[in-house]
Amino acid sequence: MNHWLTILTLVPFLGGILVAGLGAERKNLVRGLALAASLVGLGGAICMWLHFNAASGDLQFKEKFDWVPSLGIQYFLGVDGLGLLMVLLTAIVTPLAILASWKVEDRPHVFHALVLWLQAGLFGTFTALNFFHWFLFWELGLIPAFFLIKLWGGPKRGPAATQFFIYTMVGSVTLLLSFLAIRLATGSFDFIELAAMAKSGVLVTKLQAAFGWKNIGLIIFFGAFLGFAVKVPLIPFHTWLPAAYSEAPSSVTMLLTGVMSKMGVYGFLRILLPIFPEQIREVLTPLLWLAVATIVLSACAAFAQKDIKRMLAYSSINHLGYCLLAMFAAASAATAVNAPDIQKAAALDGCLLQMFNHGLTASALFLFVALLERRSGGLRGLDDFGGLRQIIPVFTGLMGISIFSSLGLPGLNGFVGEFLIFKGVFPLAPWAAAISTIGLLVTAIFLLTLIQRVFCGPLNERWAKMPDLTTAERFLVLPSIALMFVLGIWPQFILGAVDATVVKLVQQLNF
Amino acid sequence: MLAWTIYITFFGVLVLMFLPRDNARAARIVALLTAIAACVVAFAGAIQQANPGEVTTIVKTPWIPGIGANYYLAADGISLVLVVLTGLAAVSGILFSWNIEKRTKEFFAFYLALIGGVYGVFLSFDVLLLFVFYELTIIPKYFLIARWGSTRKEYGAMKLALYSFVGSHLVLIGLIAAWVVAKGQLGHASLDLIELSKVAFPIAFQHWVFPLVFVGFAILAGMWPFHTWAPTGHVAAPTAGSMLLAGVVMKLGAYGCLRVAMVMFPEGVRMWQGEIACLAVAGIVYGAGVALVQRDFKFVIGYSSVSHMGFVLLGLATLNTVGFDGAVLQMFSHGIIAGLLFGVVGRMVYDRTHTRDFNDLETMQLGKLIPFAGVTFVIAGIASMGLPGFSGFVAEFQVLMGAWTVFPKLTILSGVGILVGVAYTLRAVQKGFYSDAPPKPADPDHPLEPISVPERFGAVMLIGASLVIGLFPGLLMNWIEPCFNSPLSMFARLLVKGGSQ
Repeated sequence: MNHWLTILTLVPFLGGILVAGLGAERKNLVRGLALAASLVGLGGAICMWLHFNAASGDLQFKEKFDWVPSLGIQYFLGVDGLGLLMVLLTAIVTPLAILASWKVEDRPHVFHALVLWLQAGLFGTFTALNFFHWFLFWELGLIPAFFLIKLWGGPKRGPAATQFFIYTMVGSVTLLLSFLAIRLATGSFDFIELAAMAKSGVLVTKLQAAFGWKNIGLIIFFGAFLGFAVKVPLIPFHTWLPAAYSEAPSSVTMLLTGVMSKMGVYGFLRILLPIFPEQIREVLTPLLWLAVATIVLSACAAFAQKDIKRMLAYSSINHLGYCLLAMFAAASAATAVNAPDIQKAAALDGCLLQMFNHGLTASALFLFVALLERRSGGLRGLDDFGGLRQIIPVFTGLMGISIFSSLGLPGLNGFVGEFLIFKGVFPLAPWAAAISTIGLLVTAIFLLTLIQRVFCGPLNERWAKMPDLTTAERFLVLPSIALMFVLGIWPQFILGAVDATVVKLVQQLNF
Repeated sequence: MLAWTIYITFFGVLVLMFLPRDNARAARIVALLTAIAACVVAFAGAIQQANPGEVTTIVKTPWIPGIGANYYLAADGISLVLVVLTGLAAVSGILFSWNIEKRTKEFFAFYLALIGGVYGVFLSFDVLLLFVFYELTIIPKYFLIARWGSTRKEYGAMKLALYSFVGSHLVLIGLIAAWVVAKGQLGHASLDLIELSKVAFPIAFQHWVFPLVFVGFAILAGMWPFHTWAPTGHVAAPTAGSMLLAGVVMKLGAYGCLRVAMVMFPEGVRMWQGEIACLAVAGIVYGAGVALVQRDFKFVIGYSSVSHMGFVLLGLATLNTVGFDGAVLQMFSHGIIAGLLFGVVGRMVYDRTHTRDFNDLETMQLGKLIPFAGVTFVIAGIASMGLPGFSGFVAEFQVLMGAWTVFPKLTILSGVGILVGVAYTLRAVQKGFYSDAPPKPADPDHPLEPISVPERFGAVMLIGASLVIGLFPGLLMNWIEPCFNSPLSMFARLLVKGGSQ
């Protein structure tokens, strides 16, 4: 028994308390301490990555104690490839976000404490395996995010923050009610036990026995589904997202899109897919349609935006849509397909890779937006710029790399994930994959439009004196850019670690 | 030992009476020391009690032998939880009323008398004694509001007193009827709750007596549609008064429902179970909905109390162990959280700004002027929304779990109530502390006084209590659960499926 994961979660949590206690006066100390805490988290995550036994798809670094035995509540932590990947992503994005918000002058101690608490919430969500324990962190992440938007956001931050909170809470309440029902019927909150029950079919029998309704399984599934669908988000539950992402300060948006949106996808993979495979299969076609709609409509919506942040926000929805498409396709029965397990594994591999890649790329893009806003005094309309390539070539080049990574250029990280997803989904659900390619096309169009309108064309004289990236800023974006190349050329770095987990998940889906 | 909570508190009242009239400082200190002593005794006694699942007699001597009344104090796990709650609420209430300058000594005398009565109710196992203590609390309540309150205080005080009296008369009628029937069955007069809990009252009798007694108590628990005293009373009361009203007085009602009405008339409960649940959920949703549209900060908290007490009643209506556990835990949790919310709104905000109107508060930027109050309210709000990590979550979680199988549709409906709860709390946070409305220039002649040390202590104590129970519910569950799990307990008849007769 070891305590890696507990310590990993406690570091940012306690760091946040310390930072909040320092007060607003000692600004540089506050920033330094926040950065140090997040770097300790990164160090811990890297150590775990190195000590992780990639050959096994089982849970590792497990901690399990009784917490409230009478309610079936345990302190239960553990990661497999999926959990560890998300922990690593969180650990990478948080220090970048803290560096990006270095210039926050309004109550920096509260700001940085909230960022660290958000990180603690995320670490907890990705490692907890008992519903109660997990839900604690799921909600813990929400509160700092709310205040970061509410207190440091743009002009329409009030409504944006409230909308974000209420939407998420609707999902949380239905999720909670569903799990209470499950607990009542089965006596367990343990995700692993519940998955085993689902595989043997006991779960539905027990639910029916406890409630006496025939399709109780589906009702419970929809309750849980809503909780995650709002968080990802899936169209039509997405309307909170553009407002929240564009009103939040860009460094917070890095965290929102980079990691918080993964909470939803992670929930699908860890909870919905293993616990409700039967129910997903029952409503597979509508779910696939939802995923396809999410991909295509959000790409089209992004195309119509005039604000860079809103455009990238819709682009985020689009990218996570591929993850959902892969997941739903992997849950299909698909017996007619040649070697379905391999296709499913490919789709899920792609899904995990896409989660990591999107976290990396999207947070880098919002980081560039933050740097651009710093130069333009907050302006970020597509038409406010033009010809920036001539005066800030380094900025243009590096942001260009991130944009190309986002649209899936081979050689950069985005390509591998999307390629694997489509490779897996085509045989499993050909029509869905076919329609979704429209999304790929439109993504390319709007991202190229972004490059063209902002960086090419005649120079907007207003920005003739815009400074290029400083050395410090170059170092700030360097890690993300380097990782984009590394993962694009050597995806095995991640695939190797998650492969055993994916194989296990596929087995779980076959019954 | 626990009986000393009552004696110490009333002794404090006596000491206060002999203090010189104008020495406010001495009165505060005496009151605080008394409350702390009682609270310590409550904790120590509760921890000492070896077996919380059984009713442990503290003292039992004949009182009025002719009608079978005993001076019978005892405690089981449920009493322990509520006694500890009373101790915490009493201390924090005094900390939050440190600034009372008007007739300080009388204020604290009434305050302690109220607390003494509350301790008495939670420890009485004789119906008459319980009733006497219950009535005893009405008088100090009335004077606290009528003299030290604000905003239509006479009206609020009178409404509360009248509602309480009507309720207790309903209870009294029911209890007299039960006494007569029990005498016929037992062969001797008895007011002993344990003895009465074993009497099998005729079913037809239970069907009409139960609602009488239950509603009589439930009025004080703020059951919809008899809740209307609660918001007006809470708003009119001085800060410590609203903290006590929401924190412990409403619990008196819920406790009476469980300990007297339900335990004595199990068949009656079964007959009216569905109706109670409907009223409970109506209270949850209605209270939350009305809280969402208030302009007065204190009314938001007042209606939220109605909504949260609905969860207690819903838990009681489930008639299963999980639901009962949740209901008792919710009593504790709401006592702490509502006390804290009223402390922030009444003491930290209203006593400084002299307004509770959101339209005025919006222009004040209180989140920046008194950040401690802002942060405290946010934490209390999070706890009140029922987010995990705080006591409200574990309580509502169990209530909903208990309700799922019995009333699935009502459970889903109360989920809506939770959501509206989130909405009104967010609205209050936003309008009260972190509004984006253009700020009005602060009045340089009357700067807001900084948050005082007693306030900080009170707030930290209550937040700590809610957090500790939220993270380690086992601490209280170990007291509550055995009471309902044991087949020999007085609640066993309630929990048997399909009825005992």
